[in-house]
Amino acid sequence: MQQIQDQAPPSMVKDSRMVEADEEKLIKKELAALKEQVSTPTTSLKQMRECLVRLIYCEMLGYEASFGYIHAIKLAQQGSLMEKRVGYLAVSLFLNESHELLLLLVNTVLKDLQSTNLLEVCMALTVASQLFPPDMIPAVLPLVEEKLQHSKEIIRRKAVLALYKFYLLAPNQVQHIHDKFRKALCDRDPGVMAASLHIYLLLIKENPGGYKDLTSSFVTILKQVVGGKLAVDFNYHSVPAPWLQIQLLRILRLLGKDDQITSELMYDILDESLRRAEINHNITYAILFECIQTVYTIHPKVDLLEKAAKCNGKFILSPKNNLKYLGLKALSYVIQQDMNLVLQHQMTIIECLDHPDPIIKRETLELLYRITNAQNVAVIVQKMLDYLRQSKDEYITISLVGKVAELAEKYAPTNEWFIQTMNAVFSVGGDMIPADIPNNFLRLLAEGFDDEVEDKQLRLYAVNSYLALLEKNNIHYPQRFLQVMSWVLGEYSYLKTEAKAEDIIQSLHYLLGKCSASLETKAWIFSAITKLFRLTLNVKVLPEVLQNYGNSMDSCLRQCSFELKQLVEDKEIMNTVLPLDESCNDIVVDASLSFLDGFVADALGHGAAPYKPHHQRQEERLSQEKVLNFEPYGLSFATSPQISSVTGRQSPTGLSFNSEISCNSTEAGLKDSDSLKLDGVKKVWGKEGYLRKKKESKEETVASPNSESDVTADFTSTAEKTAGLSAEEQEKKLLASSLFVGLGSNNLVSLMGKNQSTTQKFRRKSKIVEGQNSYERTMSTQKAIAPPLAQIPNLMDNVLESCNPFQESKAMLLRKTASDSAEVPTEEPAQESDEAWNSSNNLKTIRAVPSASKESISGLFADGNFDIVQPGNCNSALVAHEPNSSLSPGLPVEFAEHSHSKFELVCANENIALFSCKVWKEDCLLIVLFFTNRSSIEVTNATVNFALTDELQACESTDFPFPLVESLATVKCQLCLQMMKPCARVLLTGHVTYHLETSQQTQEEFALALFLTDFIRPLKLTTEEFGHLWLSLSNDVKQNLSFTSDSPEALTVALRTLQQELKLHIVDIIGAEGIVACQLLPSTSCLLHCRFHAGILSVWLRSGCCVLPDCLLYECQKVIQKL
Amino acid sequence: MMRFMLLFSRQGKLRLQKWYTTMLEKEKKKITRELVQIVLTRQPRMCSFVEWRDSKIIYKRFASLYFCCAIEEQDNELLTLEIIHRYVELLDRYFGNVCELDIIFNFEKAYFILDEFLIGGELQDTSKQSIPKAIEEADMLQETMEEYMAKPTF
Repeated sequence: MQQIQDQAPPSMVKDSRMVEADEEKLIKKELAALKEQVSTPTTSLKQMRECLVRLIYCEMLGYEASFGYIHAIKLAQQGSLMEKRVGYLAVSLFLNESHELLLLLVNTVLKDLQSTNLLEVCMALTVASQLFPPDMIPAVLPLVEEKLQHSKEIIRRKAVLALYKFYLLAPNQVQHIHDKFRKALCDRDPGVMAASLHIYLLLIKENPGGYKDLTSSFVTILKQVVGGKLAVDFNYHSVPAPWLQIQLLRILRLLGKDDQITSELMYDILDESLRRAEINHNITYAILFECIQTVYTIHPKVDLLEKAAKCNGKFILSPKNNLKYLGLKALSYVIQQDMNLVLQHQMTIIECLDHPDPIIKRETLELLYRITNAQNVAVIVQKMLDYLRQSKDEYITISLVGKVAELAEKYAPTNEWFIQTMNAVFSVGGDMIPADIPNNFLRLLAEGFDDEVEDKQLRLYAVNSYLALLEKNNIHYPQRFLQVMSWVLGEYSYLKTEAKAEDIIQSLHYLLGKCSASLETKAWIFSAITKLFRLTLNVKVLPEVLQNYGNSMDSCLRQCSFELKQLVEDKEIMNTVLPLDESCNDIVVDASLSFLDGFVADALGHGAAPYKPHHQRQEERLSQEKVLNFEPYGLSFATSPQISSVTGRQSPTGLSFNSEISCNSTEAGLKDSDSLKLDGVKKVWGKEGYLRKKKESKEETVASPNSESDVTADFTSTAEKTAGLSAEEQEKKLLASSLFVGLGSNNLVSLMGKNQSTTQKFRRKSKIVEGQNSYERTMSTQKAIAPPLAQIPNLMDNVLESCNPFQESKAMLLRKTASDSAEVPTEEPAQESDEAWNSSNNLKTIRAVPSASKESISGLFADGNFDIVQPGNCNSALVAHEPNSSLSPGLPVEFAEHSHSKFELVCANENIALFSCKVWKEDCLLIVLFFTNRSSIEVTNATVNFALTDELQACESTDFPFPLVESLATVKCQLCLQMMKPCARVLLTGHVTYHLETSQQTQEEFALALFLTDFIRPLKLTTEEFGHLWLSLSNDVKQNLSFTSDSPEALTVALRTLQQELKLHIVDIIGAEGIVACQLLPSTSCLLHCRFHAGILSVWLRSGCCVLPDCLLYECQKVIQKL
Repeated sequence: MMRFMLLFSRQGKLRLQKWYTTMLEKEKKKITRELVQIVLTRQPRMCSFVEWRDSKIIYKRFASLYFCCAIEEQDNELLTLEIIHRYVELLDRYFGNVCELDIIFNFEKAYFILDEFLIGGELQDTSKQSIPKAIEEADMLQETMEEYMAKPTF
């Protein structure tokens, strides 16, 4: 054995220098030998270890060795320590998280976690955090949790990291141990603390508001680290714990963002960090880089910004490429706040543009992209296109092409330039170009903008340029470019009066004949030809076209040619089907298929069975079948509405072969496939929006000339100064002046709203840009308008005081109680005051059922004792008094019978306020949102818009317009929600926009926390039905919950509480067992089986959906813990 | 988070691979081939970072070996470079003046060290004292066990 061990690896190594074929032969032979050896039962564990090491080597060389996987698992299971170590290593290298063999490892890991041997525990933890099937996490979770209290720091550290990994895989399952994370954060060993920061970074990223209280702790830790208080062991090249420092800087960045009070806590330490990082070593630069980002993300402080800017200079001016790259990266981040910094480094940036290393060039372009405006757009786009022509990388091409198209649309100086740039984009981007670029371009052409004449010129120019391009022979154009060309020629050739339509048809026909065009492109070209025939009476070419394609092998083209034939014969139909220049008019489609009503009625009259929707059919089948069904039911319920909504929409470029046929078969469909999908466009660009935009852009054009001339003056003066320099230098200076024009300090009107402040050539932008814009806009408006938190209670006072006198006294009283209780120094004053209020008023309000909601309230408003005077509380009390004041929202009578939550203030400023109320209806969660106008003037064009995430689905539109809201009036809107993907907590975000008389549009963002329990409804079943359903559900989770009480009534008590808190339905209680059923809206059922024995409640959940049981179990745990 | 780490020789032979994201074998091979190609064709004075798909590749050459890591957009490039450096320091400390052959013949040891250093793509421990100690402890135990097993039992 010893002999083999020493001999074999070198023989495998030597061959790395051998010819490939020899190596392959040798390894194959080796693998065959290994395969034989591992399957021999007499092979000892020690030999097996050796075999596995070699198998790992073979796999690394790229040879398949899957026959050894099972042996790796066996070795981890059976071997003693040394074999186990190799076994675990082999498993972690061979398998991935989704591999089915991993199930066999779970028991081994469990056993080793319980081992008394430290090394075994370490190995088990390592493997658990490297790869573990998510559905098996509950099995090991308690053991790993236990390890957080282990006496050895290495075990604690590994346990924390394992939990971090679990959190990434299945956040719902780790939610209950958040307290323990806090303990890890305070661990006496810095290593464990550092490990816990991984989790905190993640948690804070998801919910920065919830962890503000930890800010000072993080600052203190960073202070200690920077001050060198940690053991020398943590130093790296004499810098104290750089990894830890960086992690903390990132956390602080998240916490301090848009929060002045929190930011103030960290100014000192950031200053010190910037000061300390002086040694010229990569690691200090890494820290500096994070520092700069943090300083520019949190609430700004002038002298810190200056220092950070100076540090940034060090990066950019460094001769080292690595640092230069990071400098550029930091700069493109920083200029979102301060454009002036770019001006300081003009020359360096110009040099980087011609840097030999493409990645530096690329990062420079990224930077230029962010400083583009109407004046420098031509130069910057040119540079980007130059880069694109050299680059071959697909990912880079896609992202750059998108950016060029975006800039061109936004800032194009002339029509010619725009069309030519887009032509360059289409030809450079080739077939990698994402579909939305041609779509947006065509949409822009079709919709046009303010000026009719301008529109026509642009279209005509496009037609001309494409005709010129098509005349060139033997040039291969990418498919998407051909599609764009043919669409434009088909739609707008009529504008070019001097050209004969038949000539264009001729050249398109020639194009069609070329084999390089794909089928999809051919369909585009053919429809262009069809459209062109409406222009010409000369049908000389027609027979040729029909002959060529009338019996084409491709059914799509064949059908097109038949359609063409019919249309040419009847001009009238032609004109109705393909009218001139109407591509952006909406096509009315009768989606309800009402024209079939008569047919359906007839069929029913003749005894046909009525139509049943898919899920109903499935349910029926389920009830008929008595056998096991392995299909997940919840899934199909959930997806069916989505599917139907998707099929109704079609994007012209994503059009498949089949859809092409189906489109062309109906006349309206043909049009749809040629033109763009334009539904919804009208809504977005309504009359008001359109006009407003125009006004804005006018104002801006007035403003910009001054600043422009200032800056050019600046540059001319610098140009004069440098007159004596060499020609090359001159050229660079020239480039600089063309690149950085328009970035002078005068132009720094609004840094965040860069896009608004410049004149915009074309209004239509890609969706992404719009999203960014609106985000930026809200950021700036929030800064300008949103009052500091401390002010909000005052505002609330105003609301209350404007109520009726007797109500006011009530409210005052209430406020008094609340503030009294707030003086008691409790951890959660909000909660205290809530309860105090409830008891003092003896009013029957339905308490917010989800137990998590309390946490959320304290989390959402953690800063400032805001909900002490929570208007929601007052208002729900007022409902009972039938308020006359229009200011206090009252729940409509039709909902009052349903259980509903308290009113909650979701967003407010001096003019408006939004309150929300959750109504737990049987079939949905109804969010009633009240929009209150608090100002003395009327609000016009208010719109409430909800942004839905994947988890949620609304029954109808998520936009609610209010054309006019009078002063001090309240209007309401309601949104029915259902949960598509189960999750414990989901944020429903949205925004409200409104106009105050003539002033500009204001936008406020809001967010509502929704909980799983909001969507849980009782499922009324009989015991028998429960039994059937139980067997048919496949996803289950079991858990034992400890229960303090041991009385015989305990089970009933527990179930009653569950019923009350989570809205479950108790089907039956028999002895020590109980069965409970509920459903998640819309229709995912979940069944619980509870058994009580010796102080332990075993809960067994089953559902058709794999996530739901976990989530629900978590809720049950919380309820039971409170008992 | 680090997505994966690859070690390969100047000839493009893979010496170590560690994947922290789930991927198919086929995909892994494709990525390895592609990256080896990219990194080997870089000029010596160029930036140590390469943009590649949606991640960043950080590489560094030590003698005949290239160390190459893929990180995500929000990660710090320089820091990753230093992670590589610390890993080499750890290898050096364990093997004593480490060279490519050490890693070829004892690649499982190199993996053990890596596992003590990084877990699931995140830094676990950075200490030059405690990591080698943990590895040595395990090795020691292994040796004593081997001795014990080798003794004839009466």
